[in-house]
Amino acid sequence: MSYQLDFSGLLPYLPELAKGLLTTAELTVYSTFAGILLGTAGAAGRISNKAWLRWLISAYVEVIRNTPFIVQLFFIFFGLPALGLKLSAWQAGCLAMVINLGAYLTEIIRAGIEATPKGQWEAGKTLGLSHWHIFSRIVLPTAIQRIYPALVSQCIIVMLGSAVVSQISVEELTFSANFIQSRNFLSFESYLVTALIYLLLAIAMRQLFELSARRLFKNPVL
Amino acid sequence: MMQFTDWDILRNLLLAARWTILLSLVAFASGGLVALMLTFMRISNNPVLAALVKGYVELFQGTPLLMQLFIIFFGLSLIGLDVSAWTAAIIGLTLFTSAFLCEIWRGCIESLPKGHWEAARTLGLSFFQTMRYIILPQALKVAIAPTVGFSVQVVKGTALTSIIGFVELTKAGTMLNNATFQPFKVFALVAVLYFLLCFPLSLYSKHLEKKLNVTG
Repeated sequence: MSYQLDFSGLLPYLPELAKGLLTTAELTVYSTFAGILLGTAGAAGRISNKAWLRWLISAYVEVIRNTPFIVQLFFIFFGLPALGLKLSAWQAGCLAMVINLGAYLTEIIRAGIEATPKGQWEAGKTLGLSHWHIFSRIVLPTAIQRIYPALVSQCIIVMLGSAVVSQISVEELTFSANFIQSRNFLSFESYLVTALIYLLLAIAMRQLFELSARRLFKNPVL
Repeated sequence: MMQFTDWDILRNLLLAARWTILLSLVAFASGGLVALMLTFMRISNNPVLAALVKGYVELFQGTPLLMQLFIIFFGLSLIGLDVSAWTAAIIGLTLFTSAFLCEIWRGCIESLPKGHWEAARTLGLSFFQTMRYIILPQALKVAIAPTVGFSVQVVKGTALTSIIGFVELTKAGTMLNNATFQPFKVFALVAVLYFLLCFPLSLYSKHLEKKLNVTG
């Protein structure tokens, strides 16, 4: 059997793809920012001297890192309403992405903090800075800079993972692809083009992060 | 209408978990084999082969696993092959696994000092002899912890095959949820089962990392 690929059949659906792309980008932007905040808070809690807090955060990190994203998503979207927490599909998808990214970034940022030489804490103390000041002004910025490549990769992984959010009918890029192929029956072409868009999105994200790194980190640390 | 007791739910999930385990094992083993060939090609002196593998890795690392599964599932049927969800899942996860393992292993091999290659060359060893007797034994030691760590990603990746209709743990979870309307319980159980599969692997990987750091 021979089959002619027909990409022109996708043309009428370009607005659909654009709409999906926009939603994916939106989800990614929100979850990246919130995820970095959550990861930073988690890492700060991981090094606190309260044992229960450290234990709680490592339980969170391990549970998220050892279960599939799709199960987390289903649990939040289908399971949580049983507890009275009703979320829209978009909210559930975004929340799942934030929680997922937060767990990985907690671990990544903690590694960066632990790699910071002890002398920096001591120097800060000698200068009379408070614990919080040392953490937020000295340790955290250098830690982030140190683990930046891992952070970027993780954010991209979560962006790619957002394809799964289509399963709770959030109308993002994969949802658009599903919709288009259900209309024109060009499933292979639709998914191929969509995969290509994801690839470009991943490349664009990396570029964007690199660009911001140049502005953020003026003094490179070793 | 059939009534599901808690035991029925758990029993059905456990039965489905067998498929998750089997799929993970097959995908990891075949992905490892493909990755081994790819790694050899990647570090070979042939720039075309190396570039091809690099592109392959970037393609699979830069697109969602779900898209890869869809493309394989629909693409193979286009060229006239009638693929089951199981076949598509195996092929998709194998390619996905091979791309990531290839990248991990390349990193391990390149972390070895260049002097080892040069010394082997001076001794007149061929590429494969160098690999077999000098590089691989050392790289293997570095590679084992991240490889075990990646196996967790494979197990979690199998969850996505539920979307192309393969009945494993996640699919069984959604089916049971549709039958029982107890999403909280069902998905919590599904998550617990995945955790029981993945957490020991994570711990083992961490343990290996520590052990090898001390000795190496």
